[in-house]
Amino acid sequence: MQEETLLDDMQCVYQKPSTLTNDYMHYCPGCGHAVAHKILMEVVEEMGIQEDIIGVAPVGCSVFAYNYMNIDMQEAAHGRASAVATGIRRVLPEKYVFSYQGDGDLAAIGTAETIHTINRGENILIVFINNGIYGMTGGQMAPTSLFGQKTSTSPYGRDIEHNGYPLKITELIAHLPGAYYVTRQAVHTPNTVRKFKKSLKNAFEYQKLKKGTCFIEVVSNCPSGWKMTPRETLAYIEEKMLPEYPLGDLKVPTQNKN
Amino acid sequence: MIKGTVLINTETCKGCELCIVACPQESLSLSQKINLRGYRYVELSQDNCTGCTNCAIVCPDAAITVYRQSKQNYKKAV
Amino acid sequence: MKETMETKKTEIRLMKGNEALAEAAIRAGLDAYFGYPITPQSEVLEYLTEQIPKRRGVVLQAESEVASINMIYGAAGAGARVMTSSSSPGMSLMQEGISYIAAAELPCLLVNVVRGGPGLGTIQPSQGDYFQATKGGGHGDYRLIVLAPSSVQEMCDFVFDGFKLAEKYRNPTMILSDGALGQMMEKVEFPEEGSLPHQVPAWATTGKKGRERNFITSLHMEPEQMEEINLHLQRKYKTIEENEVRYETFEVEDAEIVLVAFGLPARICQKTVELAREKGIKAGLVRPITLFPFPKKILSDLSKKIDHFLVIELNAGQMVEDVMLAANGRCPVHFKGRMGGMLIQPEDVLEEIEKIVAQTVPLEAEQE
Repeated sequence: MQEETLLDDMQCVYQKPSTLTNDYMHYCPGCGHAVAHKILMEVVEEMGIQEDIIGVAPVGCSVFAYNYMNIDMQEAAHGRASAVATGIRRVLPEKYVFSYQGDGDLAAIGTAETIHTINRGENILIVFINNGIYGMTGGQMAPTSLFGQKTSTSPYGRDIEHNGYPLKITELIAHLPGAYYVTRQAVHTPNTVRKFKKSLKNAFEYQKLKKGTCFIEVVSNCPSGWKMTPRETLAYIEEKMLPEYPLGDLKVPTQNKN
Repeated sequence: MIKGTVLINTETCKGCELCIVACPQESLSLSQKINLRGYRYVELSQDNCTGCTNCAIVCPDAAITVYRQSKQNYKKAV
Repeated sequence: MKETMETKKTEIRLMKGNEALAEAAIRAGLDAYFGYPITPQSEVLEYLTEQIPKRRGVVLQAESEVASINMIYGAAGAGARVMTSSSSPGMSLMQEGISYIAAAELPCLLVNVVRGGPGLGTIQPSQGDYFQATKGGGHGDYRLIVLAPSSVQEMCDFVFDGFKLAEKYRNPTMILSDGALGQMMEKVEFPEEGSLPHQVPAWATTGKKGRERNFITSLHMEPEQMEEINLHLQRKYKTIEENEVRYETFEVEDAEIVLVAFGLPARICQKTVELAREKGIKAGLVRPITLFPFPKKILSDLSKKIDHFLVIELNAGQMVEDVMLAANGRCPVHFKGRMGGMLIQPEDVLEEIEKIVAQTVPLEAEQE
């Protein structure tokens, strides 16, 4: 009752975007994928581009992204999302095209496609969800897993001598002239979510300019793989992930563009 | 303070508590009850919500709808 | 049995097989080609990178065959008429993508200009990828429609047929050629450009304007659903088998020994039939044109009245197994093959025929 009178007095200031389907999300409680999907679809709704956009979903926990995003989508083979996106982009030059990929997809099996798609300056947005682990397949080590991180395939902790270094793929590709806008964001606090949303809007605006690839890394969590509660993952992101993968813009288009 | 409130879809909520952490007013807490999927869902447990939308923004499952008093009505009430 | 082209033929040129294929693709309304260089078919990519900017469509040299086949998947899913080509080792790299394309039911044209293998092999011609093309190659229960040209003219014609079949059945279709056919030059008559119109299909991901969204996937986690999808695919392949078998016969009406060969070896065998007949041997030839669907019926029918099949291939014996299945024990099936890029001569095939005929003890006295 009290709620009703309260609501009479109030306006709705935030609700689930209409561009998300009504399907119940399979993601673990607290998973950053779900937040990223929601914000991406909010931007699609606000920019009014739902009818002009095609997304490519990867293999990984977000393989079912097409169940949640109410837009045309294609499922890609593991690692190949940016090649699939290239195929779409080359035959549909006027639409918005994005790929959405995890750390295995983009920085392990798909490294060649990632580098070459960006090297060509393919006019797509690549959203890269980096949670330092292979969630879907049960929590194996990723190229972006941290020193000492215990995973199902690094049970004693990631060891540099044996497994090499956490791969800073974003820093690598930022050097490519085909990369137009490269930024690293997060989605674990209200502030980081708001900034991520802004970066998405930038990226889709840049697609209209056809100047090159936009690349947004999202440092995210994996409560199940990290064996933590969602709350605990917030501290792990702040204390462990962000020092290795610092937030901010790595490459912004220069001011005097036309 | 501007008054606000939230409606939480208790069946969609997975009890991840990220909204509880994000709320500057400490208005939210985990219910003792569970939903059909077995998750303890979040509920508004205080009267001091300002409709800032922080909770809804971080919610992975888009389970929160936020309402806020319009500036007009707030000025009237004050 | 052979379909006639209804399109007007307007231009005659002397061309290399690979280039004829590329020219045919542009005339057939190719929207996009993504490929990677590999001998002996790099001319396809080279011709298209030179011609397409002057005419219509998209061409892109990808960073690998793996990337190529996935670009094909994306563009086909977005409703475009697409083609890629490669040769044996590159085709192996494409197998994962082909399985995905078949499962997602996307139309596309694949061209394998086969070279000697296995491994890095040789750049000389071979037919060693018959199994890969007709029995899978990639994982799972799927089939490609496979066309085997034996002339540069067919390298052109089968591009048109290939696009038609791929789009009619929403299935990847392969032209299984070989290194010699790709490189040799013959006269070819080209149909008019634009004589095969194309409409963007309703299921394509072009942006959900005024309709429910489309999605292209091959992932189905529920076994009930996955089985349904597989049953659907199998029904489709059955329909293809009932309607799209193509083959050619030469002098089989009264033949006692029938050669079976596809591609260039079939032309060698045709010459051999002539040579054999001159020597009084009643030889004939069946040339499968579709390797899938395989022309089982004609071979099965023949097996009831002839004395021998002799299968000639440039491999260790691949299509011969399908001939054996069709003959089903009703008559002996012999095989002669060359590998590693070696070609076979009509005289060698004739020698084999004579050996087989000499070993046979005929019921009637029909010895030389």
